[in-house]
Amino acid sequence: MSLVLDGLLAVLALALALRVLLAREALAAAIGFVGLGLVLALLWVRLDAVDVALTEAAIGSGVTGLVLLRAASAAKRMAPQGLAVRGLAALLAFVVFCGLAALVLSLPEPAPSLANEAAAHLEATGLGNPVTAVLLVYRALDTLLETVVLLLALIGVWSLSADRDWTGAPPPLWRYAPTPPLVFLARLLPPLGLLMGLYLFWTGADKPGGAFQGGAVLGAAWLLVLLAGLRTPPKAGSRKLRALLLLGPMLFLAVGALGVVVAGAFLAYPEGLAKPIILVVEAALTLSIAVTLGLLVLDPPEAPGQLPTEGRSAP
Amino acid sequence: MTVLAAHASPLGLLLVLAVIVPLLGLAPLLLLKARPAERSALVFLAAGLAIVCALCFEVARSGAPLAYFLGGFKPPLGVGLRADGFSAFMLGVTAVVMVAAGLFAMTAPGADKPRMPLAFWMLLLGVWSALNLVYVADDLFALYVALELLTFAAVPLVCLDGRAQTIAAALQYLLFALFGSVLYLLGAALLYGTYGTLDILLLAQRAHGEPALLAALALMTAGMVAKAALFPFYLWLPAAHAGAPAAASAILSAVVVKAPIFLVVRFWYDIASPAQTAAVAPILAALGAGAVVLCGVFALRQARLKLLIAYSTAAQIGYLFLMFPLAAASAGAGVWGAIAWTGGALHLVSHALSKAAMFMAAGVIAETLGHDRIAQLSGIGRIVPISVFAFGLGGLSLMGLPPSGGFVAKVMLLTSAVQQGSWWIAVVILLGGLLAAGYVLRVLLPALQRPDGNLVPVPVARWREMVALALALGAVALGFVPLQPAAFLAIGRPASWDGAVP
Repeated sequence: MSLVLDGLLAVLALALALRVLLAREALAAAIGFVGLGLVLALLWVRLDAVDVALTEAAIGSGVTGLVLLRAASAAKRMAPQGLAVRGLAALLAFVVFCGLAALVLSLPEPAPSLANEAAAHLEATGLGNPVTAVLLVYRALDTLLETVVLLLALIGVWSLSADRDWTGAPPPLWRYAPTPPLVFLARLLPPLGLLMGLYLFWTGADKPGGAFQGGAVLGAAWLLVLLAGLRTPPKAGSRKLRALLLLGPMLFLAVGALGVVVAGAFLAYPEGLAKPIILVVEAALTLSIAVTLGLLVLDPPEAPGQLPTEGRSAP
Repeated sequence: MTVLAAHASPLGLLLVLAVIVPLLGLAPLLLLKARPAERSALVFLAAGLAIVCALCFEVARSGAPLAYFLGGFKPPLGVGLRADGFSAFMLGVTAVVMVAAGLFAMTAPGADKPRMPLAFWMLLLGVWSALNLVYVADDLFALYVALELLTFAAVPLVCLDGRAQTIAAALQYLLFALFGSVLYLLGAALLYGTYGTLDILLLAQRAHGEPALLAALALMTAGMVAKAALFPFYLWLPAAHAGAPAAASAILSAVVVKAPIFLVVRFWYDIASPAQTAAVAPILAALGAGAVVLCGVFALRQARLKLLIAYSTAAQIGYLFLMFPLAAASAGAGVWGAIAWTGGALHLVSHALSKAAMFMAAGVIAETLGHDRIAQLSGIGRIVPISVFAFGLGGLSLMGLPPSGGFVAKVMLLTSAVQQGSWWIAVVILLGGLLAAGYVLRVLLPALQRPDGNLVPVPVARWREMVALALALGAVALGFVPLQPAAFLAIGRPASWDGAVP
């Protein structure tokens, strides 16, 4: 039974990948990409990597898909590449595929792994999910800096604004009158999204989930509200908004520094208090990630009252 | 949590501070008003410099590398930071360029507008933190995060002025950089799948020149070469570096492209087997030779000053790859003591200083004239003599004329090449010097002539010209270092965790 299911998922993933490749419209390719991401997430579940599956669904397919959809609806239609170029690209992709397959097949069996060591120290952290232990205890620096990467990416997007717009608000996500079904969904789904996001964050300490996945779901719920025009995007210059962006990374840095004083190393946690501290840090991270991801999907700030930029049309 | 005791050097915390202090500077920049925010950035600039100075001083004083285990977890479970002589050297070069670029940007035109200075400062601090992490992290995934941080801070620097063509250049840079990241990540995943650790020094112990090691390192090197804009991947560099504001160009050209090169050195001298290094080094050197010659020729043909300097960067990067076979061949005598090695490092620092100085000088010239067309530069030497002098001194080092760091570096590389009978490398080094002379003189000769007509210069702050001059003088002063392998670079080499843990 499970073999049939796996086979079905694999065939579906390949079919969707082909659809993305062969789509004539950028928009169709972007939609195919979102679908592909969801199937990949299911495949990750089948591989018992539920944390990866959640991240793939929330970030890889969800937020990235939204960015691609927006880009695709703004992009002009491109002339299809010539047969020779496509043939060469296909050949190159095939060679890369064969090379990678050979490399992966040559990896030692069983694969050397740090899983046992990570599990061995799990008890001292008080956490139940070894993935969270890796992300927030053993390799906390990586996670801390990943959140800073998000923040810097947002600053990069904002830096594309004109000088007078630096502190203005991003333009609305959708410049047209929202349809009634959209408004209905935007009233119905966000409470569920809120619940789901908070659950993912809270359960992350012991089961699959965590700040990135929870934050992505919260951010998506917020974007849905913006999409339906129920709220307008906040001003980039708002002190409150900026404090919210900084909250996660800066609290994480502060906890890291506290570790130097009370636990003997940067990003070490005092004995017995690891789990509560991690939950507080994750709560702050979830909020900051939700806001940052939401703002990353929006355009750079614009001064109020500007006309819509050229080249934008309803998809 | 004392699962694993936190073994670290007494002053190992300096490594952590070098990475996080620049990031703390983001908070006031986002929260304060424009003027106090910019002043706070100066404080963080000074703090960053002080930390790096203390770190370099400690490495030199103790003659041993600094090490730190984050969270108290030793590798392979945790992430280790480590700075030996080479890392400390890179940290030092970066700090000097960052501080100079910050000072230069202080009173730049547009400094009274809200966006430019604040966005610039945040990106500068982000780049600095990322570079410091590249130089101290010993873990392949932490390095990946550092490279991502570097990409997302460096790319927006390219299009700060918001013109459509600079945005296109930034996008091209982003695509090359992300392509490099993907290749790097692929290689890192293969290494973890093969050896079960991401720690570079543990990898070095476990790896014994297997084919999988070669494949992984080749992928990662290809990724880094794309990020470093080595020939033939230089296509993104000229537009990106020439389109950025002068202070940002200085950062991008002088230090950002050096980070991936540092990692290539680590891959092949810290992880690969000597036989693998010896096999790959000629390929890297051939690409380097292509860069020195072809990008040098392209630089000669540029019509705009900033593009000329940018092509010169693409050419000068080539020298650093010429070093690989020379240093690899002397492995018997200890790679890190080899004269080629010191020559390469000296070339790196003198190029960083002179290139930053030249981009700043070009920025001042472009502001004064309102353009940077080389054909219309005549007489500029009478209007902004300090900037033209700084450009000339930087050019002196690029050409490799005495006294300059570039001269000593080239003498060392030439000596090594001749000693080892690598005549083709010697020829490339000499040819590269000639090409550099050609493109530097193309700018200097008209600049020193009488003005054509009535130039109406825009006044520029003397202060900023002095920053460029100070950097150029630094490149010249490097010409007085002794012609022998530098002991500082050999500190903590060959690399291992043993020396660092008490």
